[in-house]
Amino acid sequence: MSREELLNRFTKAFEAKLQLKIEFRGETTYTIAASDLRLVAKFCRDELSFDYLIDITSIDNFGEEPRFEIVYHLYSMSDGIHLRFKLKVPEETGAVDTVSDIWPTANWHEREAYDMMGIKFNGHPDLRRILMWEGYPYFPLRKDFPLEGLPSEMPDIAFTKVTPMEGGPFVTVPSTATSKDREPRARPPEL
Amino acid sequence: MPETRPTAYDSKIEGNVIFTRFDAALNWVRKNSLWPMPMGLACCAIELMATAASRFDIARFGAEVMRFSPRQCDVMIVAGTVTYKMALAVKRIYEQMPEPKWVIAMGACASTGGMYRSYATLQGIDQLIPVDVYISGCPPRPEALLAGLMKLQEKISYERSFRNQKPELAERLEEVLG
Repeated sequence: MSREELLNRFTKAFEAKLQLKIEFRGETTYTIAASDLRLVAKFCRDELSFDYLIDITSIDNFGEEPRFEIVYHLYSMSDGIHLRFKLKVPEETGAVDTVSDIWPTANWHEREAYDMMGIKFNGHPDLRRILMWEGYPYFPLRKDFPLEGLPSEMPDIAFTKVTPMEGGPFVTVPSTATSKDREPRARPPEL
Repeated sequence: MPETRPTAYDSKIEGNVIFTRFDAALNWVRKNSLWPMPMGLACCAIELMATAASRFDIARFGAEVMRFSPRQCDVMIVAGTVTYKMALAVKRIYEQMPEPKWVIAMGACASTGGMYRSYATLQGIDQLIPVDVYISGCPPRPEALLAGLMKLQEKISYERSFRNQKPELAERLEEVLG
């Protein structure tokens, strides 16, 4: 199947449900409603040969409503085509349906999104934290979580302290300048 | 009054007797046979492996016997980033090592947290366990690790091992000997 054919079949099947289409550098991104996720996912895998779920990422649009966004990156092994679809998750529910039964690899990706962003996945078989330890009280990739961290304590398991930032964060600058000028150092934003 | 006798010169033991302090002999033995606990947690572990391999050959300094059981180790080489998740495991392994024991913090991360000023990284292993030698670098070259090891050997050679390890016995000896 060619790319156009594939995308045509996709838009035909979900004509009313696609909210936004973005074309960028030959890659297509659709925005869908959270309630249509499983329908779209099943169709992509079974009818459109998207057999590989590359990644699930999550975005925290802090201050906006709905707050969270989840991005599914798909790839078709047989046709060599990428497809991406996004959906928004409001903070109150903070949950979407799992796709771990459609693509088993989603199991750990969803656990990571839950661990770092605090988004829950309905129907996930084993929704535990994956990077931080069970009982860690925060979701560290949320925008309202400070870079230096927050103190926490789990006796005999782990603890965290606030990191001294020393005027940081230390950042580099996008530039063609020499590596001396690009050296990571504290660069407070100019107000 | 105790009887004193002049000792006859015995040519058979010439060159076979060395007079030294007990500590000096003990420290000499210890420092030339340091069995490392390779606590490889990040890229520093690659340099640690290079140090152990043929080109740099840590065996020249008596520290080639990497043991993966803490019970058999003398020096823990913390090579890499210590995350909070790993921190208590490192401490536990340190506590499982028999005395006397030493710690080398290898590289920027193990010494200070390095470039990881974040919620997830312990800002230096010295917040949890006592460190004897810090090695700068990101990661340090094998030469730097060897220099750190030699620094540790130097430190060990000045230790008052007998007194540290058997304080009561040392005090009684001092009493008896005046």
